[in-house]
Amino acid sequence: MTTWTAGRLRDLAAQIRRDVLEMSHRAQTAHLGSSLSCVELIAAAYGGGLCLDPTRRQHADRDRLIFSKGHAATTLYAALARCGFFPISWLQEYAQPGSPLSEHPHRGVPGVEAATGSLGHGLSLGLGMALAARIRGWKNRVAVILSDGECNEGSTWEAALFAPAQRLGSLLAVIDYNKWQATGRSNEITALAPLADKWRAFGWQAEECDGHDVAAVRDRMLAVEPGLIGPPTVLIAHTVKGRGVSFMEDDNNWHYRSPNDEELAAALNELSILSTEPR
Amino acid sequence: MRNAFADEITSLAETDERIVLLSGDIGNRLFNTFRDRWPQRFYNIGVAEANLIGAAAGLAVCGLHPVTYTIAAFAVYRCFEQIRVDLAAQHLPVVVVGTGAGLAYSANGPTHHSCEDLAILRTLPGLTLLSPCDAVELRLALRYALTVSGPVYLRIGKKGEPIVHDSQPPRDITRPIQLRSGERILVLATGVMVAAALEAADQLRADGRAIEVVSLPVIKPFPSDWLHQRAGGFETVVTVEEHGVIGGLGGAVAELVSEWSAPRPRVLRLGTSDLYVHEAGEQAHLRQHYHLDVASIVERLQTAWLEAENTP
Repeated sequence: MTTWTAGRLRDLAAQIRRDVLEMSHRAQTAHLGSSLSCVELIAAAYGGGLCLDPTRRQHADRDRLIFSKGHAATTLYAALARCGFFPISWLQEYAQPGSPLSEHPHRGVPGVEAATGSLGHGLSLGLGMALAARIRGWKNRVAVILSDGECNEGSTWEAALFAPAQRLGSLLAVIDYNKWQATGRSNEITALAPLADKWRAFGWQAEECDGHDVAAVRDRMLAVEPGLIGPPTVLIAHTVKGRGVSFMEDDNNWHYRSPNDEELAAALNELSILSTEPR
Repeated sequence: MRNAFADEITSLAETDERIVLLSGDIGNRLFNTFRDRWPQRFYNIGVAEANLIGAAAGLAVCGLHPVTYTIAAFAVYRCFEQIRVDLAAQHLPVVVVGTGAGLAYSANGPTHHSCEDLAILRTLPGLTLLSPCDAVELRLALRYALTVSGPVYLRIGKKGEPIVHDSQPPRDITRPIQLRSGERILVLATGVMVAAALEAADQLRADGRAIEVVSLPVIKPFPSDWLHQRAGGFETVVTVEEHGVIGGLGGAVAELVSEWSAPRPRVLRLGTSDLYVHEAGEQAHLRQHYHLDVASIVERLQTAWLEAENTP
């Protein structure tokens, strides 16, 4: 598989961002800010950070991505559609009656590995899959994308305690650390910071990065060694909620709001200006 | 029953390499044979029930057949959402074993009792509920559970339960098993209460009152057709379980019978009442407290018999 250039990765991210805005506008569903903060994390995974190939999606030993912050499903759906897991036209039907693309993902959607939506489930599912790979002798990687809000959940920390004990080195947790949860600052509601130190203390190899540097995130995902027996890795991805649209960035009103016609036009206009800027 | 479980799962793992056993930090030495034989297929997840169920779901997605094992009260209530979202809603083949169900952990108090598990789990679509009465039914139930394509809750006792099926072991664990034939009263019992119900019925039989006794090792999917065909000929159906009278076997039977056209049998539910018990004592003592000891059951059956006789 040829490595994507940084430009191609950014193009995928820009396309996902446009799709996400349009889906949120059309369906008037919540969690737009959360969807925009993890665009580069998803783009990095589908742009070669993991081996997520629609032609291999039935292969038992494929890499697996668990999208634990299921409320940001539009980002996942856009990536799956743009990478050929299902027709792009499905995005038009997102959250419409009878559509498989409901507001939270489930395994009936091609490419979705686990149903998520209730927070704090993904890391346990992921470590189960990494354990299964070890039992079955598969050489693959399992990545779990979590929100910082999910680090409120006790079950996340149950999984965080167990994975290093089994030395599940092929497991990668990526935390979309946008510093907000539904109703407030994530570092004020719970004592989340220092987040990387917490994971380190639990036995993880913790690294921090700019979660909007899609190439850097992709490279970190690629560095996870399939089948490795060693400490699992957590990538604390510093992100901005509502990233990419000036009037949505770091404004938690967009956790529940969705854009009206004028706001959508303004947002798409900003994105098109951005995408034509020289890199 | 737990020794029979350990023995049977070890024997089944010999031929079914998909079996992975996950314990919630209980069963000290119970699974040593299993663990020594298949170290890659036994994991003590720790005192972390949400992770126990979530990890099992991840294993099941990858084609393995996990069996989780911990005390019933911890296997169900704390991680109900994991059972609901990860197992039931995704219809994954995971066997959740709840050991020491009902009042088995008697002196440990209500934290360790489990008289609400069937009630809450019965609400989950696609979850199979099995409640074997002795080691014989347990072995069959476990074998059956591993053939089910979706999640199964296997509700078992602890240790030293009397063997009910000493002469003629049942063949099909998914169907009710008739233990005594009789008239007027049909006793439907499940789990560890089958032995007590049988003993009570036999005392009445000695007085010339032949009561029918059936063991129900499967609570869901409930054999409703069988109940409709069989119970119609009785004046009274008595359910007996070491579980609350709300929502368990008795609840299931009452729900079904209430939808039948008259004439229909009266349903009497024997189980734990809608109160926690905060006193020390062995299982026998707690059964007395909840009127689930053999003498209390005899009394309830005698009264029911007389009332049935006097009903025009």
